[in-house]
Amino acid sequence: MRKPSRRSFLAGAVLATAGCRQDAGARLALTGDETRTLNAICDQLIPADQDPGAAATGAVVFIDRQLAGPYRRYRRAYREGLVRTAALSSKMFGKPLDQLAGEQRLAVVERIEEDARPFFEMVLAHTMQGFYGSPRHGGNRDYASWRMLRVPASPVRGRIQYDLRQGKGS
Amino acid sequence: MALAPVDAVVIGAGAGGGVIAKELACAGLRVVLLERGRWVTAWDDHKDDLRNQRTSVLGAPFGPDDERNPRVAVDRRGRELVVLPSDGAYSNNAACVGSGTVSYGAMAWRYMAQDFRMKSIYGCPPGSTLDDWPITYDDLEPFYEKAEWEMGVSGDVAPDPFHAPRRRGLPMPPLPPNREYEILKPAALRKGWHPFDIPMLRNSVPYNGRGPCMRCRWCVGFACEVNAKNGTQNTVIPTALATGLCELRTDAMAKEIVLDARGHATAVTYYDADDRPQTQPARLVVVSAGAIETARLLLNSKSRLHPHGLGNRYDWVGRNLQGHAYPRAVGLFDFDTYDDVGPGASIAICDFNHGNPGLRGGAMLANEFIRLPIQFTGMTPPDTPRWGRANKDYMRQFYRRSIAVMGPVQEMPLFEARAELDPRIKDFWGIPVARLSGGRHPHSVEVARAVVQKAAEWLQEAGAIRTWTNVPGLDLSGGQHQAGTCRMGNDPKTSVVDRNCRIHEADNIYIADASVHVTNGGFNPALTILANAYRVAAAIVKERHA
Repeated sequence: MRKPSRRSFLAGAVLATAGCRQDAGARLALTGDETRTLNAICDQLIPADQDPGAAATGAVVFIDRQLAGPYRRYRRAYREGLVRTAALSSKMFGKPLDQLAGEQRLAVVERIEEDARPFFEMVLAHTMQGFYGSPRHGGNRDYASWRMLRVPASPVRGRIQYDLRQGKGS
Repeated sequence: MALAPVDAVVIGAGAGGGVIAKELACAGLRVVLLERGRWVTAWDDHKDDLRNQRTSVLGAPFGPDDERNPRVAVDRRGRELVVLPSDGAYSNNAACVGSGTVSYGAMAWRYMAQDFRMKSIYGCPPGSTLDDWPITYDDLEPFYEKAEWEMGVSGDVAPDPFHAPRRRGLPMPPLPPNREYEILKPAALRKGWHPFDIPMLRNSVPYNGRGPCMRCRWCVGFACEVNAKNGTQNTVIPTALATGLCELRTDAMAKEIVLDARGHATAVTYYDADDRPQTQPARLVVVSAGAIETARLLLNSKSRLHPHGLGNRYDWVGRNLQGHAYPRAVGLFDFDTYDDVGPGASIAICDFNHGNPGLRGGAMLANEFIRLPIQFTGMTPPDTPRWGRANKDYMRQFYRRSIAVMGPVQEMPLFEARAELDPRIKDFWGIPVARLSGGRHPHSVEVARAVVQKAAEWLQEAGAIRTWTNVPGLDLSGGQHQAGTCRMGNDPKTSVVDRNCRIHEADNIYIADASVHVTNGGFNPALTILANAYRVAAAIVKERHA
């Protein structure tokens, strides 16, 4: 039996913190199945070890959010690629990707890298962006990757909040 | 509806246009400065690793916007792609007040004397249109000095024995060294090379009423949060506006330069902030829209005397599109090299700009700006997996233990490397867009391969436990260093503008941007664009008073 998904867990969390900005709970572009498959791919691309990996730090939140914004043009490629991944997972091991053990997951992702190169490259690039990019876009939660790299995570130096558009001519 | 006539319309408020507007306005001319972008500040990029001028995967905050400004890129296999400003193949160079000078790393190089005489020194390689400039370094020298002192440059080029003669030093000392500087300097000296502090359009001490660089990690690709980088947007453009004679119109998309029956420019048409067509009459026009957009505007300005586009009688407009071939060597170390002290780039050598045996030209070599984590993901050694456990291990182990040395290799111009009009695709306003095609000359790649070996040697001497190199291939160049599309020359049959950057056969239209560069030096081109704009402005003012 499946454990409560992170999604339903977080949906509760969002309710509990009503008024906060949109977080991981509600998906903007991906379906539940797509989310689970993509999360399992991200988990292999940047796996957890002594430091958190891409899946646990919101890479899918990042990708989902961009698919509803600047990456809208990649929606179809995701849809098709994730269907293909799910089919491959069933064919190879008889189960959805997120229900496979680590080594089997890895085998599926390696096959995707070979057989669906453009899709794989796209997901890899976006996962890297989510994990190593600014936390403000939904990935790299709690500056996880920057802490791992020993980069000072949130420097105060030079933070000036101003908006010229609101004070034209200043 | 025609607007009230002015003395000059300047198209594009970037490096060249900002200087022209200021010089003309200060000489008493009434100027309209048209800019298709807007004012931007550090507010617009929020130090966002994924949405800046270097990594624009989530958008190009310095413009133009993806929605209204497509281009067509044709790859070397002839495949056509409609590309957006946030795509690499677009060759974007910002559309905002100040253009690239807002978000650049601000290196402030004078080209060397040899860079103006490439054909005489080296001869033209097969297939190239390599030529000398019609002006020499000496013609530009006073204007380099003016740009350095008016806008503000820090650094120390005295230890560089290869620089051309200069009458005056730089107005500001270099920033204190960062850790990479301390590691690389003694290594270069041991090699018998001549390291020095990179000149930068960057305050190291208070200058022009603004404070010094705060040494943050978000530098190249970002607007400066404390205005320590000196671009046209915080120097000459505000000065031009302060005269009361220059009006800056933002969100103004130029469409065409209007000529009368004698081939004399009478006006510029453009779409204003509300997308209404406007006609601005003027006595003279200066185009400074960047190498690709300047060529596009000329080609879109067809008239009876210029049926194939303005200045394009001999089919030279849009040709010779070039930038730099940028090879990179990366070194990994067994000690920390990262100190979180920006801008990162600090030390350079010019030992390999010229005199490389059997090769034409070369490049200045310098350590790279601070790499944000997302940028380091593109810097794995050839045998390290690009994903999975081993990749994560590599990132963790070497992010703070790596140095990159790069150099802008001077390119051999190619007639077939070009920006033309796409016959099909139009922008939001219905104006035909630029279509980019062609490639890079093989000799440019050969030079890059040779020069990058020196970069790797430098890193090895500095103690790198491992080095590797990346060399660009034969794909079309351009990018933020785009140049060459409206060549300056004495012969109207093989150039677009004369030595004063006036279009041949059009007596009141000038170009002041990197379009006019015959070759692009082994250096970042910003200071040369600024200096040449001061020179062109001086020629315009002199002629007007004659």
